[in-house]
Amino acid sequence: MLRTKTARSIIAVCSGFIALFMLVGPAYGAKGTPTPTPAPVQQTWEPRNVNATLKGSGATFPNPLYQTWISVYKQVNPSVSISYQAVGSGQGQTDFIRYLTDFGGTDSILTDERIKAEAPDTLHVPTVLGAVVPTYNLDEATQPLRFSAETLAGIYLGDITKWNDPRIAAENPAIDLPNRRITVVYRSDASGTSAVWTDYLAKVSTDWRTQVGSGTTVKWPAGIGAPGNAGVASTVLRTNGAIGYVELVFALGNKLPVPQVKNKAGNYVVPTLANVTAAAAGVTIPADLRVSITNADGANSYPISAFTYILVRQQTYTDLAKAQALTDFIYWGLTEGQGASTRLGYAPLPGAMRVKAIEQLQKIRVGNKQVFNGPVK
Amino acid sequence: MAQVQTTGESFWQRLERRTQHGDTLFWGLTLFFALIVIGLVVAVGVVTYNGSALIREKVGWSFLFGTEWSPIDTDLAPASFGAWPAIRGTLLSAGIAVMLAAPIAIGIGVFLAEICPVRLRTPLSFMVELLAAIPSVIYGVWGVIVFVPFFTDYFATPISESVGASIPWLAGPVATGRGIMVAGIVLAIMILPTIAAITRDVLSLVPNTQREVLLALGATRWEVIWQAVIPYSRAGIIGGVMLGLGRALGETMAATMLIGNSTRIEESIFAPGVTAASLVANELTNANGPLHESALISVALVLFAITLLLNLAARLLIWYVNRGPVRGGRV
Repeated sequence: MLRTKTARSIIAVCSGFIALFMLVGPAYGAKGTPTPTPAPVQQTWEPRNVNATLKGSGATFPNPLYQTWISVYKQVNPSVSISYQAVGSGQGQTDFIRYLTDFGGTDSILTDERIKAEAPDTLHVPTVLGAVVPTYNLDEATQPLRFSAETLAGIYLGDITKWNDPRIAAENPAIDLPNRRITVVYRSDASGTSAVWTDYLAKVSTDWRTQVGSGTTVKWPAGIGAPGNAGVASTVLRTNGAIGYVELVFALGNKLPVPQVKNKAGNYVVPTLANVTAAAAGVTIPADLRVSITNADGANSYPISAFTYILVRQQTYTDLAKAQALTDFIYWGLTEGQGASTRLGYAPLPGAMRVKAIEQLQKIRVGNKQVFNGPVK
Repeated sequence: MAQVQTTGESFWQRLERRTQHGDTLFWGLTLFFALIVIGLVVAVGVVTYNGSALIREKVGWSFLFGTEWSPIDTDLAPASFGAWPAIRGTLLSAGIAVMLAAPIAIGIGVFLAEICPVRLRTPLSFMVELLAAIPSVIYGVWGVIVFVPFFTDYFATPISESVGASIPWLAGPVATGRGIMVAGIVLAIMILPTIAAITRDVLSLVPNTQREVLLALGATRWEVIWQAVIPYSRAGIIGGVMLGLGRALGETMAATMLIGNSTRIEESIFAPGVTAASLVANELTNANGPLHESALISVALVLFAITLLLNLAARLLIWYVNRGPVRGGRV
């Protein structure tokens, strides 16, 4: 009896060590052998050993990434436990403003009025980039369709109702387009995806801006609504002649047909992670990082891209340990965590933007004390 | 004599004596449970009423009949919240559902209770009850994958292209097929078992003397059912139909998947629409601001009020038909 117990505990201790080595081993290895890697600061920064429980809620779009970050970070820094509930950007903003959560996730930036009235010390920290792609179901399309901004706006406005409309045909001379009705599909649930999509259409089309506008939910001039990315995708897949917009992660993961979209520079670009990241480099970033990057400049910029943000408070955290744990976690996500983002289908931030995001973290104060002073890289 | 013995009794014995062996306690406990229900209804009413204060203040009750649901400001028009598309969609889809389901379901109930051979009765009743227990999302999935394409190809498109050319409420284009009509039909299938099961139960409670009297007078089976059994159980059948209607009004998931979620008001019943429940479920989590949220809560309040009024109407109807002796029999 005793013997088996001892044996068991030995096994347990051994496996514990093995697991520990697997976690921290690479870091030790890097420390032990000085390699000429270009980022020497990477080894010097360690998350602070504070006990804290962090709560967040918000956007569903980055949820798979945040959950991955949280579970990996639990191994990096076991004394911090974090939870993130995917309740939607709007609810995430409200929860954050009402002090129900320590951080909020949102795809859409807080409006100026809302910041002024309800949350004057909110900081927007971008984490990754997402994109929205129009996917379609057209039997005759033997090669990827090409859309210009005007065409997409025309389709969603209900002006272009047939696939063989001259405006579509002019861009797709190689495809024999049928005289079939276009079925427009949009998200029935209010969502960040719709916000990005309508923001893009409002930027490129005066008619869209004046008649429909942009937001998480709008009064759609044409088409039918389906719930969620999956609902839109399945509706499109089941309807010959349908077009609908979904998140890039979803489209790539499910191998949906994606078109080439004409960007501001006049090039037709496919939605790839690199082209999405390029879009973030193609705009002037304001100091508070609240910026729309749809229809960005740049030869390769995919025009329907957007940041997703974590909302944090600049002055009103009261618990220093909590603020330290939170900034460490976000910093870790912005640096080490960016690798996971690419694997999961999110476009990483361009270098300059990451620097600005880390500078946001350095603005956070508890009392008069700077909470985070990690290396900017 | 009894008082003499009280000195020696324990706490539990005293409690037992004082409360008539726990009867009073039990009475109080069940009363409390019953009051919880009333409390919940009141709480739902108060919360939705308070939550919709903003929209009542800004727009007033006229928002009930506003036809424009456009949650954001545009250059042409400010945000506008009119509940009519949602109310209209709810009433239309639930109305279609009840009109289709009630006759069929009552037929099923009559067959099961009166005509069905005993061997078939149990398995058939079981199947009907099973149908009632299927979660609505499964009806939604079935609707999306199986029923919508079938209905679009064989009914909606041909009808809209032939008769629809002259009758506006049957007009096309049908597009994906999702719309008020499809939602109504699938809702009808959903409420069918509810109405059928209640009808069957109610009919089986009709005393046999009722049947025997008519049979003794030489009535056929049809005459027995039509003139004795159904009039006797009218109240229960109406109650079942109202319960089905209630389910159809409040159904969210299947409606969201099938109705097309468009707040435009279009004349054709093949066109997409929106129901109150699906509108709230779709937009509340990501509402654009306090006014939008308030408008959605008020749509929920309207749905709550419709359901309450409907139940009230059902009660009144049942009371009305139950007032006197069974009427309508013309033997």
